Amino acid sequence: MNAVDIKQKVSKTLEQYPAAVFKNRKDHVIVKDSEADVQIITANTRTVPGIITNRGCCYAGCKGVVLGPLRDALIITHGPIGCGYYSWGTRRHKGRIDGDEKNYLSYCLSTDLQEGDIVFGGDKKLKQAITEAVEIFHPETIMICSTCPVGLIGDDINADAAWAQKEFGIKVLAFSCEGYKGVSQSGGHHIANNSLIKHVIGTGERAVGKYSLNILGEYNIGGDGWEVERIMKRIGYDIVSVMTGNGTVRDLSNAHLAHLNVVQCHRSINYIGEMMNTKYGHDWIKVNFIGVQSMAKSLRDIAAYFGDKDLIDRTEEVIAEEISEISDAMEYFRNICQGKTAALFVGGSRAHHYQMLLKDIGVETVLAGYEFGHRDDYEGREVIPTIKADGDSKNIESIEVEPDSKYYRVFLSPERVIELKNTINLNDYPGMMKGMSDGSIVIDDLNHYETEEFLKILKPDIFCSGIKDKYISHKAGVFSKQLHSYDYSGPYAGFKGAVNFARDIAMGLTTPSWKLITPPWKKEPMLEGTMAV
Amino acid sequence: MLDYTPKEYSKREALSINPAKTCQPVGAMYAALGVNKCLPHSHGSQGCCSFHRMFLTRNFRDPIMASTSSFTEGSAVFGGGSNLKTSIKNVFSIYNPDILAVHTTCLSETIGDDMNSLISGTQIPDGKIVIHANTPSYQGSHITGFSNMVKGFIKYLAANTKTPNGKLNVIPGFVNPADMREIKRLLKAMGVPFTMFPDTSGVIDAPMTGKFEMYPAGGTKVDDIKDLGNSEATLALGSFASAEGAYDLEKKCKVPAKILKTPIGVKATDDFLMAVAKLTGKEIPAEIEEERGQVVDIMVDCHYHYHGKKVALFGDPDLLLALTEFTISMGMIPKYVVTGTPGDSFEKEIKAMMEEAGIDGKVKALGDLFTLQQWMKEEPVDLLMGGTHGKYIARAEDVPFVRIGFPILDRSVHSYMPITGYKGALRIIELISNALLDRQERDCADEDLELIM
Repeated sequence: MNAVDIKQKVSKTLEQYPAAVFKNRKDHVIVKDSEADVQIITANTRTVPGIITNRGCCYAGCKGVVLGPLRDALIITHGPIGCGYYSWGTRRHKGRIDGDEKNYLSYCLSTDLQEGDIVFGGDKKLKQAITEAVEIFHPETIMICSTCPVGLIGDDINADAAWAQKEFGIKVLAFSCEGYKGVSQSGGHHIANNSLIKHVIGTGERAVGKYSLNILGEYNIGGDGWEVERIMKRIGYDIVSVMTGNGTVRDLSNAHLAHLNVVQCHRSINYIGEMMNTKYGHDWIKVNFIGVQSMAKSLRDIAAYFGDKDLIDRTEEVIAEEISEISDAMEYFRNICQGKTAALFVGGSRAHHYQMLLKDIGVETVLAGYEFGHRDDYEGREVIPTIKADGDSKNIESIEVEPDSKYYRVFLSPERVIELKNTINLNDYPGMMKGMSDGSIVIDDLNHYETEEFLKILKPDIFCSGIKDKYISHKAGVFSKQLHSYDYSGPYAGFKGAVNFARDIAMGLTTPSWKLITPPWKKEPMLEGTMAV
Repeated sequence: MLDYTPKEYSKREALSINPAKTCQPVGAMYAALGVNKCLPHSHGSQGCCSFHRMFLTRNFRDPIMASTSSFTEGSAVFGGGSNLKTSIKNVFSIYNPDILAVHTTCLSETIGDDMNSLISGTQIPDGKIVIHANTPSYQGSHITGFSNMVKGFIKYLAANTKTPNGKLNVIPGFVNPADMREIKRLLKAMGVPFTMFPDTSGVIDAPMTGKFEMYPAGGTKVDDIKDLGNSEATLALGSFASAEGAYDLEKKCKVPAKILKTPIGVKATDDFLMAVAKLTGKEIPAEIEEERGQVVDIMVDCHYHYHGKKVALFGDPDLLLALTEFTISMGMIPKYVVTGTPGDSFEKEIKAMMEEAGIDGKVKALGDLFTLQQWMKEEPVDLLMGGTHGKYIARAEDVPFVRIGFPILDRSVHSYMPITGYKGALRIIELISNALLDRQERDCADEDLELIM
């Protein structure tokens, strides 16, 4: 289909909506056209009630995404039981113990608020819960995450945290991430970022290596972070902290001592990237560890930042070795997948990152969208000054930081900045849309109606999305690959991860069961029976 | 794995650790999915709805549809009336269900949205229906939510129009679609006219046809729910999930209610069939008697696989009330029984069963898996039975594990296989037996590995 046809079909699909919904949704859908002067998408606005969105809430973004992977922090969900329960073990941020560290990932702690607590307030129960948690687990850090009713009944979780910090002599942080704040998970990312920069980063002291860095926005789903670390360590990097996959509060406290921040998930962690830039002088570069070519480019970009010949040589050596190790397998799976098309609908970053990995195996992306990306994730950071703050998101605090008197450093000369900006994404992210081909659909906050309709229009071979629409897609005969949970597989990042992904896609496309959907009696004329019944 | 659970039990008053329950709305969503051409709607912020859809999807590996009012902070402060109004308008024009079943969350309950007046003040398209149930997450559990949604449908729809339909109503409780199918099969075999409500069979165990159906063929029809009020009697299976709905129907439409255990195990299935036979005058057919005899045959033949084994059970109360009875009848020792759902009657009933069987065991309602694990550390058991979350304890304490109940997120097919009825009893015996024998054969010396067991 050409771009004009696609545009017509998109319009026709959206015109089926009631007028008010049409008016809203039409600005969230764009057909990529590089001839057009400027293509602006509407994003990060409130969800249309009743539309069957895939979005989650602020609590999910804060507790589920950013804080949850910190394995040495004991997180208490302050609310009725559901929120803690649903975020217990369901996101696959893996963690394992190193030395005397702790790993609380298999526990789910909640104040399990009851009606009486809603009526009389939950502060007392929260304090008691913290006391019990300290007695049982002896944690170094406790984090309290609030849920919808907590904000309404006026529990003062900040005061409770301050009390507990004094009482028990440990770090106790409060996160007001009530589900109704903002319009999606995104507000929760911001809230978590704010507190980590205020209370965690910058509080440690450890000697760092010559090539030291933090990996930001990498949550170690299915072991992604470990595969990236494996490769980086081969090259010789000292990874001071990972935010936050298999992360620890202890590691995060030293993050300010590293030399560089590399950012994988821009949406969830760019706040820390920017604030560390202001406070400590760190540059950040946008990388992508997903896909063979993009992994190699990311490694080269990082080496280029340091600009050290030994490091650059070592990087090339490792890239060559790693690629030669996987090239046969990649070739094998590419032969199976070549020429297929994919539609991608994932949270706030993977819909972009996986386009490169799909390209590595010859699969073209025909639709891509985010649940809760902002315009900069679609269009690039250069549009940030033009983004208008929206009433629904104003309640998400945006904090200002100052250069730190002790730790602020200048890492690069102005000339070097200009030089590097030409070749790498230095303190910048160009967004998803620029790299997409003309005629492909970019869509924000895709809903059920649009999912069904666009699957019919585009007939992709693969629908990469989440658990809520996986089986919708399967019922319709389209193979669906979860790009949140990886369907319990992984890692998909790095070089070995690319092979895992290619293998899983090839397996999903070729599993023989697809051929069994139509019963034989619906495919061939039936002979008349001779048996009298 | 679970390395920080100490052996020493300490009383907790405020902190829940590794809960054995979840919150009301997911149960309400499940109940609403058991109605034909019904879309569940979550009146709260959208995170709840996503979590609940995800959870049911993971349990059943099937699409779970539901819409949400998507509260923002503004609606949290000023009320969710306009969100509900917009939702109703959008849902009917875009997704066209016959009926929208609204449940609430802790958000809309705390702000006190008056659902009755919000719904009656909203324009609903001709021929379409909107019903609601209040499902505050800070009361009870998902089982309470299921019960409340059943009550909501009855309150809005059931009517006694003085035209008796000669049917038996069956509220199956919070069980799998396979169990609903099995209970229906037994009723059909007995030749009893009935309405099962809710009924998720054919909705969330729908076949693969190459075409996605937003409203699959299954589910209790709206007309049949209206007609519940004209039936002869209601059998409520599982007191926690089903009793209140049956009592409400009795109050509203004078349909007598009878409360039974979920028909899991021989005795509970016997009781169910006897009740049906007595209410309807129908005989229990030979083919069902044959099935019963097969179960008892296996129980006698294979008792040594499991007799005398100590078992720890956790999950939803109706399941556990029946499963405790069944495991005792198998000669097993249900040593610990934990539900996350509150309710004094639960502890009382289980205690009574333990006493009668001479078992020195522990039981807890509103308990959690952390307590269960501590008990297991204090005095170990031979087998753990419950939903998927038990696997962490099974691994930590090195105990064989049978997945039964809700949720089961890490194995497939379970929602297609009944655990109710005599057929279900056979399956439970098989699961228990296999788990214990697998363990024995993994651990025994080479010379002790038997060909025949």
